[in-house]
Amino acid sequence: MEEIIRALREQLDAALANVRSKEELSEFWQTFMSKKGKISDLMKNLGKVSKEERPAVGKLINEFKEAAEAKYREVEQKLDALETERRNREETVDITLPAKKAAKGALHPITITKNEMINVFAGMGFDIYEGPEIEDDDHNFTRLNVAKNHPARDMQDTFYVAEDIILRTHTSPGQIRVMDAQKPPIKVLVPGRVFRSDSDATHSPMFHQMEGLVVDKHITLCDLQGMLDKFVQNIFGEKVRTRLRPSYFPFTEPSVEVDVSCFECGGKGCGLCKHTGWIEVLGGGIVHRNVLANCGIDPEEYSGLAFGIGIERIAMLKYGINNIGLLFENDLRFLGQFRD
Amino acid sequence: MKVPFSWLKQYVDIDISAEELEKKLFSCGFEVEELIDLSAGINRVVVGVVTECEPIEGTHLSKCKVDCGSYGKDIQICTGASNVYVGMHTPAALDDSTLPGGVHIKAKPLRGVDSFGMLCSGEELGLNDDLFPGSEVYGLLDLPKDTEAGTDICKVVGLDDYIFDISVTANRPDCQSVLGISREVAAILGKPVKMPALDYTVQGDITEKANITVDAPDLCPRYIGHTVHDITFAQSPAWMRRNLALCGIRGISNIVDITNYIMLELGQPMHAFDLDLLDEKRIVVRRANEGEKITTLDSKEFTLNPNNLVICDGKKPVALAGVMGGLNSGINENTKNLLFESAKFMRDNIRKTARSLGQNTDASGFYEKGISEYTTELAMARALHLIQELGCGKIAPAGCDVSAGASREGRKFDVKITEINNILGIEVPADEVVKILKNLFFEVAQDGDTLHIVAPRWREDIEIGAPDIAEEVIREYGYEHIKPTFLKDAAVTSGGLTADQRQRSKLKNIMCAQGCCEVSTLGFYSDAELDMLRIAEGAPERRVIRLINPISANLSIMRSLLAPSLLNVVVNNIKRGNYEGRIFELSNIYVPKQIPVTELPDEIPHLCFAAFGDGEDFFTVKGIVETLAESFGLHFEYRRAENVPYLHPGVSADVICDGKKVGSFGKLANEVLKNLDLVKDSRDSFNILLGEIDYRALSELFPKTMRYTPVSEFPAVSRDLALVADEATLCGDITSVISDACKYVGKVELFDIYRGGQIGEGKKSMAFKIDFAPAEKALSQEDVNGFVDKILENLKEKLNIEIR
Repeated sequence: MEEIIRALREQLDAALANVRSKEELSEFWQTFMSKKGKISDLMKNLGKVSKEERPAVGKLINEFKEAAEAKYREVEQKLDALETERRNREETVDITLPAKKAAKGALHPITITKNEMINVFAGMGFDIYEGPEIEDDDHNFTRLNVAKNHPARDMQDTFYVAEDIILRTHTSPGQIRVMDAQKPPIKVLVPGRVFRSDSDATHSPMFHQMEGLVVDKHITLCDLQGMLDKFVQNIFGEKVRTRLRPSYFPFTEPSVEVDVSCFECGGKGCGLCKHTGWIEVLGGGIVHRNVLANCGIDPEEYSGLAFGIGIERIAMLKYGINNIGLLFENDLRFLGQFRD
Repeated sequence: MKVPFSWLKQYVDIDISAEELEKKLFSCGFEVEELIDLSAGINRVVVGVVTECEPIEGTHLSKCKVDCGSYGKDIQICTGASNVYVGMHTPAALDDSTLPGGVHIKAKPLRGVDSFGMLCSGEELGLNDDLFPGSEVYGLLDLPKDTEAGTDICKVVGLDDYIFDISVTANRPDCQSVLGISREVAAILGKPVKMPALDYTVQGDITEKANITVDAPDLCPRYIGHTVHDITFAQSPAWMRRNLALCGIRGISNIVDITNYIMLELGQPMHAFDLDLLDEKRIVVRRANEGEKITTLDSKEFTLNPNNLVICDGKKPVALAGVMGGLNSGINENTKNLLFESAKFMRDNIRKTARSLGQNTDASGFYEKGISEYTTELAMARALHLIQELGCGKIAPAGCDVSAGASREGRKFDVKITEINNILGIEVPADEVVKILKNLFFEVAQDGDTLHIVAPRWREDIEIGAPDIAEEVIREYGYEHIKPTFLKDAAVTSGGLTADQRQRSKLKNIMCAQGCCEVSTLGFYSDAELDMLRIAEGAPERRVIRLINPISANLSIMRSLLAPSLLNVVVNNIKRGNYEGRIFELSNIYVPKQIPVTELPDEIPHLCFAAFGDGEDFFTVKGIVETLAESFGLHFEYRRAENVPYLHPGVSADVICDGKKVGSFGKLANEVLKNLDLVKDSRDSFNILLGEIDYRALSELFPKTMRYTPVSEFPAVSRDLALVADEATLCGDITSVISDACKYVGKVELFDIYRGGQIGEGKKSMAFKIDFAPAEKALSQEDVNGFVDKILENLKEKLNIEIR
């Protein structure tokens, strides 16, 4: 019997060594391992063995069977691995082929810049107010301390739609509308489109401004600079500082022009800052007492600060855009580049 | 405004360089737009003394030996100038020197004779007779004999000077003059101002006296007239002509030059009348009569009205006040006696007159900015002094000074130092505040915390109260002293976007997520844009707000529709070779409440979008619209678009939300397409889709709250149905019938349309996948069969649809 088992083992090993595919493996199983296979036949022959030898032979057959099954599984696994390897090879792609993706849209750089600015000030507790684009003379000029025929009106070329109705020349009328509706403490940002009858390489007849207004007790010029420092550091980087210098706006007194230290050269002087180390970015000041009084706010009790920022100016500086016209040409090759 | 450095130095002892002064002016609020160095471009040009000079045979040239001091005692220079002579002192441009205009002089032979430089004319140095007398002589500039050989030529001819081109803010008309800037410079340097001489001697024997009446004191609060007799016209002195020339004004004659000089020096425009041309030898200042005419010095005739102020003699207008003198009364070579005018006219009135007549002059420019009565007085005294100094005539014993009675003192008020510091947020020491104000010519008396202040008479911009004083203090004290604080005393506020602002921001992001680029177009366009979109006469979009003063005809109406703007963007992109894309804009349209406009119009935010290129069709755009609806929790229905003249009648839809039309979209009408500004043969091939939605109407329909619907624990069962319908049957109607037939119907999805074969003529087969979503229990096959039967029954009954 031992002899038979040894012969079968040799036969089995030889057959298994020739197995090259799952089909052959399955054939092998049928021949040797199935219920009708050669190993089962051995079991059937066990009856012919003497009673005394039977347990020992039975054990031998079982050991042989287990060993055969182990060999079978080993080959099966090997074949599986080969099969997976083949499949992997077949499925392999050129990963540098172009991606399939949905066309990407983009917000306009003005919107991105505006949102960024809003985020900075909203974090400081500013509300956002948007007033009408077509304004009356009263809100746009008179109540901002710019009387009729005030020379300051020459600073802003105005589009008229009626004698006293105009396209707003700045977002400052938003100050008046907010102060009419709300009493201090006030912290508000007024972004929006403004219009001036001016069109050349550096001017667009429509552009965007953002007005800021804070009215509360004991507001000072130091607060204006402190707040604007935070703003410019958020937009242009941690190291940027502001510089105030005297200016004139009818609705603020004192009035200041605010420059930022050049973020390109760090203040050493370069083409961007015209070798001065500073870049003019916005105007502001302490709200004129007449403006507060015009809105029923007692200038003895409250004071305010206000500032106005050109959004195009900030966007152009931020993205290195040198021609304002690009912002209104709406060329998709330009617009598609922006991300927030 | 232009201020020569040398002229400033006549009034202030300036001991810093022009560059340093530029920086100090800048930090005090006077931006120097340009600091012009008159010696710029002139290098290695010195005084040369011609020691030998002989003609070069056969040429027009002369060979000279020139003594150039330390640069060489014996330099050979050839010149073609015929006025050269031995002993002449003349500018010598040495080897490797430069002259204005980028001219570079190098040693080189002229007609074979070595020449180590060039002798120069005045013109070659950029000079004229006013800047340096004799400069316009033909030939070499003949310098005075006391000039030393080898001296830098700029020092000799006065080109070692600078012009400050200063931008003066609108609140500081008092600084629109050399004296005005001098006062600021003096304050910066803490030095006194040397006032120009004002004294003069009158001729007691003249009996004639200016006779002046002001009938419109509201427009002319001060008018000073003074007569000068026995005029002698002459050229004005070199110093005066030089200062005028540095500011860009050529010398004309002593009298004219004096008026110009005073305008630059003090900022007061003056006028000189020929006294003998004035009827009754008198002046009447009054409003013009309706239709009254005047011809000004430049021979232009104007028809006036009572809004214009005129200066008249006994009979007729002789000057347009504050703008220009009349042709009938100006001084001329025959003038014997004259009347000087120094007046204050109200700036608003002069501004209006200059604007309405289109006659903007140097004088009106000064008046529009504002002139103080102090300046008016000063100017007359100064003019008379100059008359005397230049010996132009005899000064009458008395002038005529008509005043509306304004105070002759500066504005007086009290300010507390603590108030000033409260505005600034820093502690400027009291003595510093007082010193600064005194430097700026304020009279200041300190009484503890209180300052009793008298502002200088010329500072009409100073308003009573602390803010103006705080500004004066800080601009001199220095803004670098401001220490940034972060709203340390302000109340804490919450801030952030409103719900509406957040929704609009979300809308933009949704459009971006669908491949649309946001565009920014102007708020105005022209009627031609509405024509382009075939908007009918009388359509609501034709009721537009018109600009009274547009920049150009193509930007003359406020837009009533965004679609034309976006179509223009599409066309411009196609022209630039961008043949496909998606764009959108969320912007206002303007709807007048009445025409003509008497109150603020309605501003309605609209969402406009466009898609163009081969990959786009009605349904890709419908996809954008659907996604939009879903994102805001809305449900849209679609009807064939009505009255949208710019959309294709068969490929466009009105968007209905809650039974209300909120917008339309679709393919651009062929009639519009064929007229687009694109290459003619290519127009038809462009695929352009356009849509516009009234965002305000839409946003009113946004659900206010959102609550979740429980998700069934049982899986949905789906069935595919192929239905045969008439060609004209709309898919939307079929899905409605299916959805309405059974409450368990969930998603209904069309997945195929088939025509031909066994499907009859005029019919189409449409295959739908219908999801049945159970809620309370799992659906059995029998349940679903029952639903399907009901659906088929309804389809047959309502739409005559059979199952295939």
